[in-house]
Amino acid sequence: MSAVIDHHHADHAHGPAKGPMRWVLTTNHKDIGSMYLWFSFAMFLLGGTMAMVIRAELFQPGLQLVVPEFFNQMTTMHGLIMVFGAVMPAFVGLANWMIPMMIGAPDMALPRMNNFSFWLLPAAFGLLVSTLFMEGGGPNFGWTFYAPLSTTYAPPSVTFFIFAIHLAGISSIMGAINIIATIINLRAPGMTLMKMPLFVWTWLITAFLLIAVMPVLAGVVTMMLMDINFGTSFFSAAGGGDPVMFQHIFWFFGHPEVYIMILPAFGAVSQIIPAFARKPLFGYTSMVYATAAIAFLSFVVWAHHMFTVGIPLTGELFFMYATLLIAVPTGVKVFNWVSTMFRGSLTFEAPMLFAIAFVILFTIGGFSGLMLAIAPADFQYHDTYFVVAHFHYVLVPGAIFGIFASAYYWLPKWTGHMYDEVLAKTHFWMSFIGMNLAFFPMHFIGLAGMPRRIPDYNMMFANFNMVSSIGAFMFGATQLLFLFIVIKCIKGGPKAAAKPWDGAEGLEWTVASPAPYHTFSTPPEVK
Amino acid sequence: MLRHASAWLSGLLLLTLSGTVSAGWGFNMAPGVTEISRSVFDLHMLIFWICVVIGVIVFGVMFWSMFMHRKSRGAVPATFHENISVEVLWTVIPLLILIGMAVPATKTLIEIYDAEESDVDIMITGYQWRWQYKYINEDVSFLSNLSTPRDQISNQVDKGENYLLEVDEPLVVPIGQKIRFLITSADVIHSWWVPALAVKKDAIPGFVNEAWTRIEEPGIYRGQCTELCGRDHAFMPVVVDARTQEDYDAWLAEKKAAAAAEAELRDKEWSLAELMERGERVYNTNCAACHQPDGSGLPPAFPALKGSDIALNDIPGHIDIVVNGKPGTSMASFDGQLSEVDIAAVITYERNAWGNDTGDVVSPLDILNFKDGQ
Repeated sequence: MSAVIDHHHADHAHGPAKGPMRWVLTTNHKDIGSMYLWFSFAMFLLGGTMAMVIRAELFQPGLQLVVPEFFNQMTTMHGLIMVFGAVMPAFVGLANWMIPMMIGAPDMALPRMNNFSFWLLPAAFGLLVSTLFMEGGGPNFGWTFYAPLSTTYAPPSVTFFIFAIHLAGISSIMGAINIIATIINLRAPGMTLMKMPLFVWTWLITAFLLIAVMPVLAGVVTMMLMDINFGTSFFSAAGGGDPVMFQHIFWFFGHPEVYIMILPAFGAVSQIIPAFARKPLFGYTSMVYATAAIAFLSFVVWAHHMFTVGIPLTGELFFMYATLLIAVPTGVKVFNWVSTMFRGSLTFEAPMLFAIAFVILFTIGGFSGLMLAIAPADFQYHDTYFVVAHFHYVLVPGAIFGIFASAYYWLPKWTGHMYDEVLAKTHFWMSFIGMNLAFFPMHFIGLAGMPRRIPDYNMMFANFNMVSSIGAFMFGATQLLFLFIVIKCIKGGPKAAAKPWDGAEGLEWTVASPAPYHTFSTPPEVK
Repeated sequence: MLRHASAWLSGLLLLTLSGTVSAGWGFNMAPGVTEISRSVFDLHMLIFWICVVIGVIVFGVMFWSMFMHRKSRGAVPATFHENISVEVLWTVIPLLILIGMAVPATKTLIEIYDAEESDVDIMITGYQWRWQYKYINEDVSFLSNLSTPRDQISNQVDKGENYLLEVDEPLVVPIGQKIRFLITSADVIHSWWVPALAVKKDAIPGFVNEAWTRIEEPGIYRGQCTELCGRDHAFMPVVVDARTQEDYDAWLAEKKAAAAAEAELRDKEWSLAELMERGERVYNTNCAACHQPDGSGLPPAFPALKGSDIALNDIPGHIDIVVNGKPGTSMASFDGQLSEVDIAAVITYERNAWGNDTGDVVSPLDILNFKDGQ
């Protein structure tokens, strides 16, 4: 009953509440961060299972396991769950855990809203996943849900999908407001903007992107809702509407969205590489400006997803040039990471392995992005497996490896234990090999002419599809190992020092491991 | 020359990854059979090699650091963390490379967009899940359906060489002529793609998009729909049959004669058996994908016809739904797709097949009268 005794000391730090209601009612940024991370991992496994269904069907030509209707639901739900359920919440979870500790704040600025924005997510995804069991099936129109396939021709469950997107969107907007409020208001004395860790910087910029584009997404799904249920014709040519307008609005959201999924990973990797190179980040200032430049450019390139819809020549040229420009700030970032490693003193623990793989493979994804930016060549690449290869190269080793790198980097701080390095390295190598086996052949399949989102294909695509499926199964199975490593690390392991990585910098390493339930109740002094 | 050298080099590069290049290992874009497709292929290889060179330099420095500057080799970290001139340099050089790429890309794009002054105009309409080709000013129009047998798809028999890339009636075009495609859709968005021609354009309801080609060699060129358009998106291929001018003219004359003969059929007196025979064929090509060969449908999206109220009782309603479609659902209007004869045949078939034995005969004239009365 020592907890009772604690009540006598008004100034004593309170621990977490007891029982399951702790998690429902918590306003603690570390609890909420953990819930976000567990939720996103659950969604990662669910979305991954759907990817396994897709790859199993594509293992051989012919229809073997699923019917095309269900295949389309799998591709759609895989995309939606991975984007909105796995990657975005994982970064919000990392932000919740780390941003207050990195800027010397006691918690997030708006803790109750923080709780609410998390608890909207299970509601949103419960609703979304439930559509799979409804009459007519779940969303089957691709994660980009182009009208009129997603309106006039959609299954009846589409209205539930729209509400799920609304809920997830509200959650993201609230999360973004919270992050901006925290970073602007709760920095420790002396922590000027240009002294902030890059993870904080990239998240600040990401949060502004979220606030700018999530309402656009909400708008476009609301227009769909009106078209489907209230007789409007926003996207129906028969009623004087415009199906291409859907794509303009969607991609005005959609392109910044892909940077929302990658910028926080840029930030995390910019923390991790200096730590294991034992050398300060090269070009901090240019990293900040490059991130801002990428964020700005992301608003003026959306129609490069639409080169084949028949936009005028001048439009094609504008969007081609603007897209090519993105390579400049992105290149600056890659050169900075490489220069940070150059003449450092490198060690290769799991976070560093994932970070290096991030730089290499994300750059390969950037190269294919550059190829896709060339509009005449895009006429051949568009909507083929080349595009699938491209965005999986930027999202899997980009966003997902960034999240793994962050998880291994900060696990000692979260749990107070070191994770099992041998298992973590196994996880890395299995993921690395599996991921490349799964996605590299997709470049070939796409260039050879296989369209995306098809459940069956000609034999000329057969061999690489089989290789790709084998790689995908390997990558998928390996993620269970990650679950095991994390649970093992929570349960025990060698005691972690306050600063377990000798090259790491930042306020989060000045508090004990595991981080106490409340940190920086008095702000630290930053010199 | 550069193209051949680079294609050869990239082949070598990829060979090391794939082991062997045979039918099942397609790995690169083909140069195609038009001037435009070759320009696109050259752009593709140019940017590919630029990326390879940049990659070798960047990853080279990285692997050098990873090998030479590792702590286990006793590397002592340097402390530099800024250098303005280096940063300016690696901002300016990529910018110049990008301009170098944008110039040829712009040139090719301008050519692709020049769809003026064509010799042959063809209207392409996408339907769920088939293409319709209409030769403008020639009075020739037909549907192009997947011809791969179902038991190949369900793995009952071996798959043919052109599995899923074969159709009952290909688009026939002359070589050496500038052919303009006017592309649209009757339902959802589709995309018409033939890799060998480097033509890919979305077919969008309410829009007419333009594209063009000038094919140099006779041959069969295959492609697919490349915009997710619902259930059978994988099963609506594009096949272009490019012929010499003579062969094309002969084909066109034959097609026109057949169309005239078909028009005469409209006024013929049809028996139930004749309509049933033709109706079964029309049904299996156009209706069976959704309503199933046995009329059982796939509820709720695709209702059963077997035993349905419309198919058993309501003749005007039946004609109406086939001719005009059902707005707000996947049921398309078949007015523009099928002739009066085919519509009459398929309605008669649906009213008499699978135990729907109504004995009703719907004649082509009934369809014509219905349309006149609208």
